[in-house]
Amino acid sequence: MTTHTAQQDVLSLSNSELAPTTSSLRRARKSLIRARWPVLALIILIVMVSMALFGPEVAPKDPNRQNLRARLTAPFTANEETGDVDFLLGTDGLGRDLLSRLIYGARISVSVGFVAVFIGGIIGTLAGLVGGYTGGYVDDIIMRLADIQLAFPFILLAIMILVVLGQGVLNLILVLGIGQWVTYARIARGETIAQRGQEYVEAARSMGMGHWRIMLKEILPNILAPLIVIASFNVASVILAEAALSFLGLGVPPDVPTWGAMLAQSRDTLLAGKWWLAFYPGLAIMFTVLSLNILGDWLRDFLDPRLRGGD
Amino acid sequence: MGAYLVRRLLQTIIVLIGVTLLSFVTLHLAGDPTYLYVSERATEQEIENTRRALGFDRPLPEQYLTYVGRVIQGDFGVSLRAQRPALDMVLERLPATLELTIMAMIVATAFAIPIGILSAMRRGTAFDGSMMLVAMLGQSIPSFWLGLMLIIFVGLNLRWLPISGHVPFLDPLLDGDFQRAFTNFPDAMRHLLLPAITVGVFSLSRNARLVRSAMLEVLSQDYIRTARSKGLREPKVIISHAFRNALIPVITMLGLEFGFLLSGVVVAETIFSWPGVGRLVFDAINQRNIPVVQASVIMFSFMFVSLNLFVDLLYVRLDPRIRLN
Repeated sequence: MTTHTAQQDVLSLSNSELAPTTSSLRRARKSLIRARWPVLALIILIVMVSMALFGPEVAPKDPNRQNLRARLTAPFTANEETGDVDFLLGTDGLGRDLLSRLIYGARISVSVGFVAVFIGGIIGTLAGLVGGYTGGYVDDIIMRLADIQLAFPFILLAIMILVVLGQGVLNLILVLGIGQWVTYARIARGETIAQRGQEYVEAARSMGMGHWRIMLKEILPNILAPLIVIASFNVASVILAEAALSFLGLGVPPDVPTWGAMLAQSRDTLLAGKWWLAFYPGLAIMFTVLSLNILGDWLRDFLDPRLRGGD
Repeated sequence: MGAYLVRRLLQTIIVLIGVTLLSFVTLHLAGDPTYLYVSERATEQEIENTRRALGFDRPLPEQYLTYVGRVIQGDFGVSLRAQRPALDMVLERLPATLELTIMAMIVATAFAIPIGILSAMRRGTAFDGSMMLVAMLGQSIPSFWLGLMLIIFVGLNLRWLPISGHVPFLDPLLDGDFQRAFTNFPDAMRHLLLPAITVGVFSLSRNARLVRSAMLEVLSQDYIRTARSKGLREPKVIISHAFRNALIPVITMLGLEFGFLLSGVVVAETIFSWPGVGRLVFDAINQRNIPVVQASVIMFSFMFVSLNLFVDLLYVRLDPRIRLN
């Protein structure tokens, strides 16, 4: 009887910190509003994510519909006959509507960022948990693997894999995901080692809880905060990496609009002064990444002040 | 120090072996790599011949050992296009890439350190706020987009700086032709500026933030208060007490920086038609020229690994506290 309540105590103790109670949500909202910038960042992100989700409904035109008569129309140009602005942000070399392509581009660019980080985060966190919890040679192998991957500048690894595997959204997500696991593994490992000796872990172990349950139910909730903070910055850098790879022609097939691929295509008309084809996709990337970085900063201060490093 | 050096060297060797293993595995990811080396119209017989010539018909472990043996001798195979050793092609392009990387590194540190220190000293002021906002922006700009914008606005509209081309400086210097290096210098710098800014802005921003928070951390320590209460002048406190200690995280970052800069270099060289390894990789990707891609990737990784080793050793010298672990 007494052991039962002790177990409940232990469980509630370890879970209480992350359970999203109404009061912690209210605290988060207050802190968000007080910091001001994150609110703007959140609004921008919501716009980008809804563009990704509802692209077909919001886009004014078909992103792949060519209109050769309206080729390379500058932004905000009125139609000579009707006086309407047909293409708000102008058109590209094939007369395709830039705004619609930007909206469709959000789909790939934003979702690739989130999905890749999700994959890398899960692999890395599990590896770090297992390594930190078990120690010994398992830990050694995992950490050596991490070292080896860190010895490779990520973009080079991505180039090699994508050259061999070929283009495609799935390959891109896979490569970007694999590229991220190391960060999570290192942090999860360090945090797990710090938690391993804590009393609640020993209590759980002495009650005969299995290793996996201890790792996932006891330790994981307590090490989640720094991982979430890292993830928010990570989505930002993965979106930048996706854009760079698409720009190099290694991302998605040419007919799929992504922000990076649009920038790559803009180079053909750049020297002719068609600035808008390069300007707007870059702006979209920049605002998305900036918002994620600002939110990440706030999240770090809110969830885990230890990571602030003297600030 | 001796034991540490040995252990660190051993670690480096393991990592280097891992790098070759990783690149070997990637090559075989999509099955038989022979198809990466032949044209799409190759006949069965041609494919078979290539497979034998490259040794892809041998058992995998044997292939790997041969591969490592070749890499150690600097033999990465022959470029599928130019029919020249891939390593030679990488090496002759290396000086141009190093020029760009070093210049980007200078951009990234020369401005980041003073900005970071001043921001930390004036924490909470308008200067601090605006610098950190700009730094945040700099970390969010895709570098190649910045490059394109610099080409349009600084290069094409204002006509201040050249938007493409390369005037060699390191090359004649390495050849011992100081006269030519000297006369080329001003022009080389003008051509370097836009690409170096493109590559360096991300690191500049991150380093400025890093220096600032490292300085803030150090400035709150007791020995700083002691130094001040001893009556030392503020510049002396900042430079010889605070900055020296704030330097440690910054040095670590600089070592890793090289890898980041390299990825930026690949893209920037493409935009500015810079005749370096990055441009070579880009062309090799588009031609699916596997030996050249592999040679460049492995060369870059080796440089990266040796640089990290060097940084770690430097680190031990700077901070005696780390010596043991």
